[in-house]
Amino acid sequence: MSFTRLLAVARKEVIHILRDSRSLFIVVIMPVTLMLLFGYGVSLDLKGLPVYVLDRDGSQQSQDLLKRFQSSEYFHVARVVDGYPAMTRALDDGSAKMGIVIPWDFSLRLRSGGPVQVQALVDATDDNSANVVIGYAQAVVQGYSGDVQLNWLEARGQPVQAASVSVDARTWYNEDLESSAFIVPGVLALVMSVIGAFLTSLTIAREWERGSMEQLISTPVSAMEIMLGKLAPYFVLGMFDVLVCALIAIDWFHVPFRGSYATLFVSSALFMVVVLSLGFLISVVAKSQFAASQIALLITFLPAFLLSGFLFSIEQMPVPLQWLTRILPARYYVSVLKKIFLKGTPTAMLSADLIPLAVFAVVLALIATRAFHKRLE
Amino acid sequence: MPEPVNAVVVENLVKRFGDFVAVDRLNLAVRKGEVFGFLGPNGAGKSTTIRMLCGLLTPTSGRAQVAGFDVGRKPEAVRQNIGYMSQKFSLYNDLKVIENLRLFAGLYSVPAKDLQERIEWALTMANLKGQENLITATLPGGWKQRLALGCAVLHRPPILFLDEPTSGVDPISRRKFWDLIHQMAEEGVTVFVTTHYMEEAEYCNRLALIFRGKMVALGTPSELKRDSMKGELLLVECAPLGSAVEALQSVSDVMDAAVFGNALHLVVRDATAAGPLIATYLADHGIAVSRMEKIRPTLEDVFVSLTTASDAEKERKP
Repeated sequence: MSFTRLLAVARKEVIHILRDSRSLFIVVIMPVTLMLLFGYGVSLDLKGLPVYVLDRDGSQQSQDLLKRFQSSEYFHVARVVDGYPAMTRALDDGSAKMGIVIPWDFSLRLRSGGPVQVQALVDATDDNSANVVIGYAQAVVQGYSGDVQLNWLEARGQPVQAASVSVDARTWYNEDLESSAFIVPGVLALVMSVIGAFLTSLTIAREWERGSMEQLISTPVSAMEIMLGKLAPYFVLGMFDVLVCALIAIDWFHVPFRGSYATLFVSSALFMVVVLSLGFLISVVAKSQFAASQIALLITFLPAFLLSGFLFSIEQMPVPLQWLTRILPARYYVSVLKKIFLKGTPTAMLSADLIPLAVFAVVLALIATRAFHKRLE
Repeated sequence: MPEPVNAVVVENLVKRFGDFVAVDRLNLAVRKGEVFGFLGPNGAGKSTTIRMLCGLLTPTSGRAQVAGFDVGRKPEAVRQNIGYMSQKFSLYNDLKVIENLRLFAGLYSVPAKDLQERIEWALTMANLKGQENLITATLPGGWKQRLALGCAVLHRPPILFLDEPTSGVDPISRRKFWDLIHQMAEEGVTVFVTTHYMEEAEYCNRLALIFRGKMVALGTPSELKRDSMKGELLLVECAPLGSAVEALQSVSDVMDAAVFGNALHLVVRDATAAGPLIATYLADHGIAVSRMEKIRPTLEDVFVSLTTASDAEKERKP
């Protein structure tokens, strides 16, 4: 291993990056864009859902109930309609997510102490959101119902029983229940997949495509020196982007950071080695920029997006998919990120994630060094 | 270890790609300090051979030694002793001239104390002084070739492999490039160069003619012109040329007929005997002969004659 030769390759790679506006764009603009996109654009919180109302009773009581919907931060009573057709249209075209129908005998039945039902029509295209919406609606109606019962008892001179059971929920880790706090840390895995696998597979495939690899391997530079020299600049860039993303997450989105910076650095470095090795392997196999970029997106970016637990919780996935995620390095990295950002889990307790990540890094790096030969065949 | 006299020794070298035999039992030896030309049409196996000699392709069978090292077993030792210019221009276009030179100086581990002097030397040699900060992509073709040569010789290799170094370069630049090659050779560098330009082949000390993976002739340009023709060469100036070629197809004495400029080159067994016969024959066909003489063959004549002979042989033995 000659440091002079390694440095020569690395220096040339840095010049390539500095002179290529596209890679500079990816390195500088993409992380910021992805952070903002996911921080603002993707919200799993359901707030201010548009609700259409059909009040067939039109009484004081029905208005009370509707006010409760209106005052809940989850709902926004967008319009009061006077018939089913308008309600159906609104649900069809998506201007309403829920329709509330109050029956004509609502106040009558309440006064007589009978059971009353309020109809909720829910757009369940997205089943998850629908479940949440139904839950919110039930909570609103139950609150109302409880008060009605209290009033009823009071009006009849019964002693008001304070005995009731309620849940006193304390939300830990993500106290404000902000989905950005859940999502934003995972963006680091996406950014690094792009820098590590996508960019490096492109730069090496480019050398094969343009014939410069032939000139390079005709010199005494070793396969290992080519690999390390070409990957080192991208390692530095990837780690720089980790820093940028972490700063945006903490200072801009106010995501709490409770773990250790050293652990963030080590886990990011391990994941960087994983994606760089994958990028390198892909370029050895593909040898064309187009194929390399497609494969890189397919085997690093997509899994990091869909199966890493970044957006969709792994526990909620079908069991075979859960198994599949075990062979995805991104899964372990995202898990570490969420824990050190939000929970501040001590490093020693992260071994279930850090050890697989380290194993992936070592194994893939070894395979990558073996796969590349200074031969044209 | 005794100094070997030959810079390159090739024994029974074979390269197959699937069923295709790119290089077929090649044997040759290149002496130290010689400009050795490897001449043949595209697809003859020139690049494949040169790539095997540089350790970029593994021979299917046979042996090759470069600078005393076996290319299969000690490719790295070979690489330290050679400079290589691949067929396609393959320096980095987005790097400056000086950056390309520094890169290759680094790759060849040129010691820091020699770096400045070596780069100066390469710039002077390639006539690129003052152009250090130009982006390589903006250089004209001939300059690029000279820069590529400069990069390949920064570490003063004793052996230089040039794969069609002048393809796509204008004739004046090509001429200058050959001056550089001879300058290197005078300094004792062995140059192994492939080309399909016949006039370039004349600049070589010795030539191997390669066709369909096989070597069909080997010698100095004058030896090849003297000895390798099967038959003698007649120059015939006549008009119209087209119908003359056609008419001569049926004359058994004429082994081959080809148009060269405004005349025909005819390959015949015995020029003195065949001349009058052909003159009469052409006159009978209404073709006027203005000049006819026996000439010394050019390399192109030799090459065409050898390759058609090789083809004919192949047809006989399917």
